Order: sequence, then structure tokens, then C-alpha cells
Amino acid sequence: MIIVVTILLIFGLIFFAGGAVGILRFPDFYTRLHPAGKLDTLGSLLMLIGLALFNLHHLSLANLLTSLKIILIVVFIFLASPTAIHGIVDAGVRAGLAPWKKGEKRR
Amino acid sequence: MNVKNQEHQQDKSPHELNRANSSRRSRVRKHLTPLLLTFFMMFALWIILSGKFDVFHLSLGVISSAIVAFFSADLLFGNQGIKVINLPASWIRFIRYVPWLLYQIFTANLYVLYLTFHPRMMELIDPRIIKFRSRLKGDLSRVTFANSITLTPGTITVYVTLDGVFSVHAIDKKSREGLPGEMEKRIARAFGEE
Repeated sequence: MIIVVTILLIFGLIFFAGGAVGILRFPDFYTRLHPAGKLDTLGSLLMLIGLALFNLHHLSLANLLTSLKIILIVVFIFLASPTAIHGIVDAGVRAGLAPWKKGEKRR
Repeated sequence: MNVKNQEHQQDKSPHELNRANSSRRSRVRKHLTPLLLTFFMMFALWIILSGKFDVFHLSLGVISSAIVAFFSADLLFGNQGIKVINLPASWIRFIRYVPWLLYQIFTANLYVLYLTFHPRMMELIDPRIIKFRSRLKGDLSRVTFANSITLTPGTITVYVTLDGVFSVHAIDKKSREGLPGEMEKRIARAFGEE
């Protein structure tokens, strides 16, 4: 159990770190949202599932309820995160920001 | 105009009146089903979040979920009328869609991670905004499709018009070619829009 939890947490951290590096490395506003949106979602999914499993170490009703709450957080992140990214991208398009094209300089 | 209307009402045969009565009953049922469904969902959420099973907390939960269900039942299920008989089947179909989506999200994330740490990433990506028309009809299926696009390979939904035209920002050629593709087919199946 502990090993599975550790693996999940480490993979979650890798995805979070990738998200942070991606925000710095990608060339413009729209492309930066790709790592910001996707890598964070999967990173939080892995880490929270790891925490929910760790919480079930001593099985009892209270621990089960806490794990269910953590799973609920995952569900709401999966609903809210794409919607928020969509809102940010839409704001950029409405403000008239042109997407970066291949061969241009980094913005 | 008024006279005509009265005449029309007098014309109604008993059979038609009967049908009007039953349609009113079905309209009541149409309002009641979303109300009850919202109530039970809210109450399950209350039980998970409160974690207390004594009478006081449970009755507080009943009262507050009844109030929430009364005010927001038409928000959750929309106005398109739901059929109770189809409900478990459609949920099972939706639950069968989720593991496939999770797998897609995982591969998508690995790909974006690969792009992020690639030394010559600026030459690999070729971002562009593309438009295509989807054949999905329902509001909920379109929202699910838009959110699924945002979560999977190098694509973010920018905008969805009322008649179902999706604008999508795709990060490179490979992710551009995958749209709408298999995901739309699977969502159509999950929402029974074959």
C-alpha cells in the first residue's frame, strides 16, 4: 500500500513540475495554457488518489468518509479545470491576441 | 378572437379533455422527477460532507437539500425532459465512457510532458485554431465534448456556438488530425445520440 501511494505521489509531483516548466518554456499565451491546464489536472488526480489510498490505511467509517471527500475534490477539479481554461482562452481570443505561429520569436 | 376561442373549447370532445388531463399529469411528473433526482444527489453529498448520522444533522440535511432542489432542479437537468426508465442505462453508458477518457488524458499528459522537456520544442509545435461542426445535439453532450477536448491531446476548446461549431486551439499537426474523431463517436454513444 505504502509503495503504491509513494509511486502515485512521485508521478503526481513529476506532472506538477512539468506543468510549471511548461508554463515557462512554451512560446505564447495559448500554448502556455496547455501544460497549465492538463498537467495540473493529472498531477492533482494522481496525488489526491494517493492521499485517499493512504487515508484508508486504518479502515474505519471516518477514514472512508475522508477518502470520499478527497475523491469529490478530484471530481470537481475535473469539472472546473477545463471550464476555467476555456474561459481564459476565450478571453484571449476576444481581446484579439493572435496565436503564435511556427517560426516566430518567443513572446 | 375571444369568441373563436370559446367555440373551440366547446368543441372539445370528452376524449380530448381526457388527453389534456393526462398531459397535465405528465407535466407535473416532468417537474417532479428532476426535483427528486436533485434532492437525492444533494442529500448524498450532504451525508458525505457532514459525516454525522444523528437525527438532528440528517433533518437539517433534508431541509437544506429540499430548498436547494426546489430552487435549482431546472438548472441541473435543463428543460429537455428526462425519462426515468432510460436513466440507469444512460448513467451506465456514461460511466463506461469515463475509463476511456482517463486513459486518453493519461496519454495526452505524457505527450505534453514530452513536448515540455524537449530541447527543440519550438520546432515541434505548430499551434493553430481550427473550426469544425459537431453532430452532437444536446447541451450536456456538447459541454462534455468541449471539456473532454480540453483535457486531451494538445487541444483546448476556445468557443462553441449555439449550432454546434467548435473552435479548438490545437498545439500541433498530430493533435489536429485527431478531431472530432473517435471521442465524438463515444460521447454520442454515451448520451444515446447514435
